[in-house]
Amino acid sequence: MNKVMNIVVCIKQVPDTNEVKIDPKTGTLIREGVPSIINPDDKNALEEALVLKEKHGANVTVISMGPPQAEKALREALAMGADEAILISDRAFAGSDTLATSHVLAGVLRKLDYDIIFAGRQAIDGDTAQVGPGIAVHLDIPQITYVEKVEVNGDTLTVRKAWEDGYEIIEVKPPVLLTAIKELNEPRYMNVKNIFETFKKEVKIWSAKDIDVDKDLLGLAGSPTQVKKSMTKELKGQGEIVNKPAKEAASYAVSKLKENHFI
Amino acid sequence: MNIADYKGVWVFAEQRQGELQKVALELLGKGREIANKLEVELTAVLLGSKVDDLANKLLAFGADKVIYADSELLKNYSTDGYSKVIIDLVTEKKPEVFFIGASFIGRDLGPRVASKLGTGLTADCTALDIDPENNNLLMTRPAFGGNLMATIVCAKHRPQMSTVRPGVFEKLAKDETKISSEKIEKFVPVLQASDIRTKTLEIVKHAKDIVDIGEADIVVSGGRGIGNKEGFKVLQELADVLDGTIAGSRASIEYGWIDKALQVGQTGKTVRPVVYIAVGISGAIQHLAGMQDSDYIIAINKDEGAAIMKVADLALVGDYTKIVPELIAQIKAYKLL
Repeated sequence: MNKVMNIVVCIKQVPDTNEVKIDPKTGTLIREGVPSIINPDDKNALEEALVLKEKHGANVTVISMGPPQAEKALREALAMGADEAILISDRAFAGSDTLATSHVLAGVLRKLDYDIIFAGRQAIDGDTAQVGPGIAVHLDIPQITYVEKVEVNGDTLTVRKAWEDGYEIIEVKPPVLLTAIKELNEPRYMNVKNIFETFKKEVKIWSAKDIDVDKDLLGLAGSPTQVKKSMTKELKGQGEIVNKPAKEAASYAVSKLKENHFI
Repeated sequence: MNIADYKGVWVFAEQRQGELQKVALELLGKGREIANKLEVELTAVLLGSKVDDLANKLLAFGADKVIYADSELLKNYSTDGYSKVIIDLVTEKKPEVFFIGASFIGRDLGPRVASKLGTGLTADCTALDIDPENNNLLMTRPAFGGNLMATIVCAKHRPQMSTVRPGVFEKLAKDETKISSEKIEKFVPVLQASDIRTKTLEIVKHAKDIVDIGEADIVVSGGRGIGNKEGFKVLQELADVLDGTIAGSRASIEYGWIDKALQVGQTGKTVRPVVYIAVGISGAIQHLAGMQDSDYIIAINKDEGAAIMKVADLALVGDYTKIVPELIAQIKAYKLL
């Protein structure tokens, strides 16, 4: 590419769902004390942007839609090496489902220059994998999901996309949206020097009026899906517990397998 | 949007290299039930190149009708090609419900199509039903890393779209008397090579012969408690005497003890074998989400309080390195009788 590449990375701050526990008495989620992190796949997306920047030169902008406290995730991204960060935060976005969220982020991207847009494949608090492709279709650009390798050759990208049972090598010309999976790379830690520098850098805060999108598509009104109800998953009842020496325990298990005609 | 204009249940009939994917047949099984409740037709939508035989198969497995888009440009999946044809079809024919397999293809295609159509999509549903009050589709899915189950509705937009992972629903019995060429509608897609902005240079399948754990009747699965790669040899032996297959939790994949394709759980595969033997697996919610619908669960764990012991039909407390070899020996002895 002749000019310096512009790369925009979409990240989300999420609760670390691995740390979520269920209250055994009430059966409800214990959310208190659960740390907020940059969504893992998004971190791979950011890492790849930084790798491309080191190899080819690029301007890396990180964007995130979220509440004011999501600024922390953007600061971490700056400390990893991103050049600019924008937090898109507005009460008008409240209640957004994946479609409305993709409209918000597409509205931000229309205000930015981009050759490559990176996103994580999916966020661990929702696991939907829908926002990335949504952004791509709103901007009418191609997408490649499940990306595990990226190479820049002149004005073309060569991308390795994972399949369940293998992979595909795809060539594409920017602009393009890529969604990252963890096989793509090993994200770096924050750099101490960058952490200091970060305090000099500004996290820009944008609201609904700063983005280029039809306002009817945002928030609750722009969200076709609604949660009708949610419940903690009902676990099967307690079965039989056998606490005996190995030989007896195995013998009992085999008798059960026979009794049920599994063997 | 006039919701009343939208009629019928559609299933995306995913094929790869001319082979119908089993999730398509499973979706026809569930789609049949939903279509019957709504008293509408069940249509399979097949895209590909010269895959006429698959259209017949879809009829034999429950579709009332097949819409078949046959084009050289649709031979292999491409986001641009497939999404354009599907969007055109939905816009013209207006289905009220549209199910897509939550494979790497479906999870790429589904959001692209739904976002363009401006309708809702619910990913990775584990239960689908019709609300008897208003005929809306009730889509239930795990959220929050499997910690919660949420029922989602898409009341004011059509089609109501969901993706479903392989192994969640059951296919119907094959009925070849349902096959009839009159039920196959050829659709001529408006598609040019220039519509597809990506170029496939190569498709590579992993040479190693990895079994599909979703197909196995008996699964012997190991977790962090196995301790090392060697430990999986004894699990493999147990799987062999049971004519089963091995699998593992996320930890065993992260340690590199077994292949990623063998992962059970929220980020791996959903399995529901006849027998699931969980060895050294603590039973994180993410893991339980992928196996708790198994018919019979045996857990082997040192820790009686581990979560897995609470979902197991039979919980053996103890050291797997002692119990598993005993199991192998006793099953072998029984089989020799």
